[in-house]
Order: sequence, then structure tokens, then C-alpha cells
Amino acid sequence: MINLELPKKMLMVQQMSHQLASTVFRPISRKYDKIEHCDTPAELRSVAQMIAAVRPSQNKGKDKEQGAEDGIKNGANLTGIVGMEEMCWGDVGLMLSIPGTGLGNAAVMAVGTPEQKEQFGKLYCAMAITEPGAGSDSAAVSTSARLDGDEWVLNGEKIYCTAGQRCDAVVVWATLDKSKGKAAIKSFIVPRDNPGMTLVRVEDKMGLRISDTAALSLNDCRIPKANILGSAEVADTEEARKKAFGGVMQTFDNTRPQVAAMALGVARAALEITREILSKEGVKADFSKSLNNSTAIEAELYRMEADLDAARLMTYKAAWMADNRQPNSKEASMCKAKAGRVGNAITLKCVELCGELGYSEQFLLEKLARDSKIIDIFEGTQQIQQLIVARQLLGLSSRELK
Amino acid sequence: MSQDMPFDLSLTEEQRMTRESLQRFAEKQIRPIARAADEAGAAAAGFYDSTVELGLTLLPIPEIHGGAGMPRDPMANVLAVEDLGHGDISLALGALAPLGVINALLDFASEAQQEAFLPRLAAERFVPAAVALMEGRATFEPSELTTRAVADADGYVISGEKRLVPFGADAELLLVIADLQGSGPAAFVVEKGAAGMSAQAADYMGLRALDTFTVSFDQVRVPALNRLENFDLQRLVDLSRLGVAALAVGCCQAVLDFSIPYVNERKAFGEPIAWRQSVAFMVANIGIELEAMRLLVWRAASRARDGLPFHREAYLARVLCADKAMEIGTNGIQLFGGAGFIRDYPLEMWYRNLRAVGVLEGSLMV
Repeated sequence: MINLELPKKMLMVQQMSHQLASTVFRPISRKYDKIEHCDTPAELRSVAQMIAAVRPSQNKGKDKEQGAEDGIKNGANLTGIVGMEEMCWGDVGLMLSIPGTGLGNAAVMAVGTPEQKEQFGKLYCAMAITEPGAGSDSAAVSTSARLDGDEWVLNGEKIYCTAGQRCDAVVVWATLDKSKGKAAIKSFIVPRDNPGMTLVRVEDKMGLRISDTAALSLNDCRIPKANILGSAEVADTEEARKKAFGGVMQTFDNTRPQVAAMALGVARAALEITREILSKEGVKADFSKSLNNSTAIEAELYRMEADLDAARLMTYKAAWMADNRQPNSKEASMCKAKAGRVGNAITLKCVELCGELGYSEQFLLEKLARDSKIIDIFEGTQQIQQLIVARQLLGLSSRELK
Repeated sequence: MSQDMPFDLSLTEEQRMTRESLQRFAEKQIRPIARAADEAGAAAAGFYDSTVELGLTLLPIPEIHGGAGMPRDPMANVLAVEDLGHGDISLALGALAPLGVINALLDFASEAQQEAFLPRLAAERFVPAAVALMEGRATFEPSELTTRAVADADGYVISGEKRLVPFGADAELLLVIADLQGSGPAAFVVEKGAAGMSAQAADYMGLRALDTFTVSFDQVRVPALNRLENFDLQRLVDLSRLGVAALAVGCCQAVLDFSIPYVNERKAFGEPIAWRQSVAFMVANIGIELEAMRLLVWRAASRARDGLPFHREAYLARVLCADKAMEIGTNGIQLFGGAGFIRDYPLEMWYRNLRAVGVLEGSLMV
């Protein structure tokens, strides 16, 4: 039955995450934006332990999370979204710096074998996809993997690897044979201290400063044969090729709503601060007058709230579909596109509406606007999401709609 | 109040079946006649009577008053409005305007008032009825009305002017919202042929298939029974905004559905225009914003169904739907290029109709 309110169980997750975000993240938000480069902030160590303690362990319990009726589930995906928004309301950079919550962890949990989950699931796993010559076009990765006896040998350059400095292991995308395109791209788990993998640099960024973004170099980096995620076979028919790469891309159907939730948290924080600042000036958008009879500032606030709420519901929907095993590729991209762009628009508008206070480091508004920018870029840019949505709606292949 | 239900977007089996039949009706019996009705400025003879078979007006009326006695359900109504709006906004608005009055009576009328008025709307044929709320002012605010009602010995006397009223003097019942001296907005049932009431046809940019009137009330007397006892203007306005927003969702879905085959077939520079990102992204954004519109409407409607506060949610749905309806409407025309501007295609008509989304107040209480 149609119901767009969260059940009590989710409200508890929301409350707990909010508590954490407001007591741990917010107070140190500006401090670490300034510090930028450092080891994992000490405050996050205990957070990581707490998260590990409440996280449902591996497989058990997952299928027990039933909804009240007709088997509809509000499970791990929706829980993740609800928690993510709250944490990022606190600070998105700090959230991304919590040990053990990397994108690599998501990949291991999504496609890893039970042994891999056991061995790497509890570590802090980063993901290295982007290369100097391959960004959105992730099928163009040229880092190579070659089997030599019982070991894979990796060679190549990786950039923009979130947590690449502080992580315990990196899930590295590499090709078994560049001439075979997408089908030959596989991912490999490389321990951070593995010989042959070196840290080249940690980037200086516009926002998201406390989250380390690393460039890594792989030079004859040898890892055990068992460290490949998924099958080592290179599909040779068109259908099998699609399926193989599709498996890799499927991870994104689960992670894109999570990234959308980051945008929601950051934007909501900006909007709340803005409302508070404006209310001191007597601006209160309290829904008492029609839009036509509202002031320009009130109308802006209403429009931002409408966009933000809509983006949130779209994100919930994508997660709900994943929890109920419905294919959600289109919805995952839709929510990422909507949340990413309204996140950018809202945070920047908040800076504008608050004038000098918005631009000042006295408040967090300018930081939230800087942090928000990357959310419409990583995990698939706005344009990539539109491309995916368009292909799905129009029934076009990636060859037809490039 | 709301039980502890999971977040869920799935339809019940009953909703699925209802939607199927409404969608079929919209496709077969609304869409094909919409353009002719727009040009003629009126629905084809017999059209409104044919909508009675859908049972939408009879469903919520209690059995003792001649209906089916189904529970009041704004969420179910939103789905129905969306489906008929997919056929045509003007015709759907005409067909459903009486449902708006019925819902208002169910929510705001006493038992005696329901007994007096509901049976008249529970007929086998179509009974025109409408809510008359809007007035002709740029800064119109539903809570600040210039139409006045004054209590006198055995009832009330109404004076003023209401605009964009479907059916006008042909309406069996008009629910007129007027400022009652001393106590603010109140709702009065004004019956057909009331002395002092006159209607003048009024044409608009869109909604042309709907018969719309400016209705004047010159010292119109109604009995005391005709003032709805439990009237709540906010609720009327909020639920109507949802009804109108749901019409927009249906029509914007029509824009998307109609555009997809066109851009896939229409060729330029040797390939379908859909293969160009500037076209494809426009389609993607229609899809994205349509989803945004729909979910905001559904959230507010499901809250209303469950008895939760929904004023803020309805307000936001209205704001987003009014903006995005315009954006989607104009982009629909743009995707078709010159053809979008030609009246052989429905795009320009949809755009003109969608313009009403940010204007209408009180017109379709779900």
C-alpha cells in the first residue's frame, strides 16, 4: 500500500544517526576543513567501532527485515540512505573518512565471495577506478592485470581514489585485455601496503577536504589469484559481455542512491542554517500565503524545500526498489541526477540568500556549498546520469545514444 | 492515524485494476476527442454521461444516499485524477468537478446536509456541480475573499463574483466559498436557478474544453441548511491543490509518453534526433522531474489518507508541480519543433492546459 512515510524502525536509525552527526561531526566540521591533510581523525575511530557494532553482520538478518504487509521490505538499502543523509547533514567529508565505509567495502559486500567478505569486509576498502585517461568512461581503464602463476600482476596509474591514503585495501579496476573492451575489466583487491602499489600524492580540493583523495601508482604489483572480485573469465559473446560489465555497473545501482543521500544531507544542513539566519530578520516561510503572495526570498525557500523533498523521495524509492529486488538502474540514476543538481543549487542559493554571512567562514554555508559540488560529479556526473536515464526511457543502447 | 507501515510505493490489487480501466478510458475515450473539444470550446455531447460509468462520483457516497459507500481516500482519488489527466486535463477536470463537491460534502457537511445534497449527486447520469472559490484578483488569496455572505433571519445572503467556475448556471449545485461576516470563509451550497445568480461564459488560454463561467451573486439567498457546518478552507484548498497537481502529473506523463516515439522516429542528419544528447537529455529531465512531481503528490495524498497533517506537503507539491508542469509543457513543444506549435499535435494544447496548474484553487478536491 502506498505510504511515503518512514516506519518507526527507520525513524530510529534516523534519530541515532542524527545524534551522532550533531554531537560528533558538526562540532569538528570546520576544524577538519581547515586541517585538510592528516591521518584518520581520532574522533572517527570510535565512530567506526560504533558503526561496526550496529551494522547487521554479513548475510544473517538481512531477509528478516520484513515490512508489515505483503512482504514489502524496508531493508539495508533504505536504512543506508536514511543514515547517510543524517551523517552528511553533520559533515560529508567526515562521513567519507570513517574507516570501513569506503566504496570498496560496498563492492566487496556486493560481489565478493564469502571468503573475500570474511577477509576484507571489515577492513577499510577504497575503490580505484578513475585514471588520467579514463573518468566517466570507466570502460576505458588501461591499468592492466596479468595472471602470472598464482598471482595477478597489476600495472597502471589511478587517480581520485577516495580514502586511497588512509584505507587498508583498494579495489582496483584493471583490464585483462584492453582490446576486449568492457568485458575484460575486472576488479582486484589490493592491500594498501602491498609491494608495488605506491601513493603518488593526496589532492588539494575545493571542498570535501578532510576526505583524502589519492593518486596511486601500480608497478608490477603482485596480489594472490584469489583477490579478483567476480569471475576471471572474459566473456566473448555480446550478450555475455554486457552481462559481465553489467555486474560491475550494478554496484552503482546500490551506491548512487547513497551518494544522492549525501547531497540531501548537505543541502538540508544549508537550508536549515539559512532558515535560522533569515528568521532573525523576520523572514519566515511558514506556508501561510500562496506562492504569488510570498516575498522572493520566501518563494526561494519554498522551491528549495520542494526540490529537496522530491529528491529525497526519489532516493527512498530507488533504495526501496533495491530492497525489494526490483531493477532500479533508471531510478538510481534519476535520484542521483535530481539530488546532485538540487544539492548544488540549494547550497549555493543559501550562500546567496544570507549575503555576507553566507559567504563568511563564520557559518558553514560556504563550506557546504564547496562540499556539495563534488556530489554532482563523483559516482557518475550529472550528465552521465542523464545519459543513463535517457537511454532507459528511450530504449536506446550506448552505441545509439553516446 | 498512521500505523507503522513500511515505506511502500506498490499499488494494491484493487488500485491496479482501477488504474487499468481508467487508463483505458483515458486512452480510448478522452484523448481522441480532446482536440476537437478544445477547438469547439465544449465537451462532445454525451461525454460527461459516459464518465459516470467509471463510478468515481458514486464510490464515496454513503449507501443510504445512493452511492457505494467506499471510504474517503484522497490517495485513491489522486491515482484516478492522474490517469484521467493523462487523457486530457480539461475534460478530466469537468468530469471530476462534481467529485470535488462530493468530497467537500463528505468532509464538511453535517448528516442532515449530506442527506439533503448527496442524493442529488448520486444519479445515473452526469450531474454538473463545482466548487466556486476563485476571484478575479492578481494577488488572490483563498483566505481573503471579497465575495460576502451575511446572515439574516432564515439563512444567508451572498453577494460577489466567482471566476473560472465550471458549468456556471448549469450546475445543479455550486459550492460557493464566501467570507461570512464576522467569522471568515464559509461554504454555501447554491442551487441551480437561485434568484440573483447569473453566469457569463469566460474563455481562457487553456481548459477550453471545459465550460467555464464568471458567476455573479447579487443578494442570493440560501437557507441556513446550505452553509456547511464543518467547513475547513485550508483542507479544501490543500486537497484541491493535490487534485490539480495530480492532473499535471497525468498530463506531463502524456507529454513524455507522446514524445518518446516521436524523437525515436524523427530523423535529422541521418539519424533519429533521440540519438542527440541535447534531445535525449531533455527527455531524461522530463522523466526525472515528472518522478519528482508524482512523489510529492503521492506523499501528501497518502498523509491525507492517514489523517496526518499535510498542508506543508500539499503546498510543496503544488509549488513543484506548477513550475515543472510549465517546464515540461514547453519542452514537449520544443522536442517536436515546429510540429509542437501546430494544432494538429496535442503539445501546444497540453502546454496551455498545464498553465492552469499554478492558477486553479478549489477546483478538484480529492
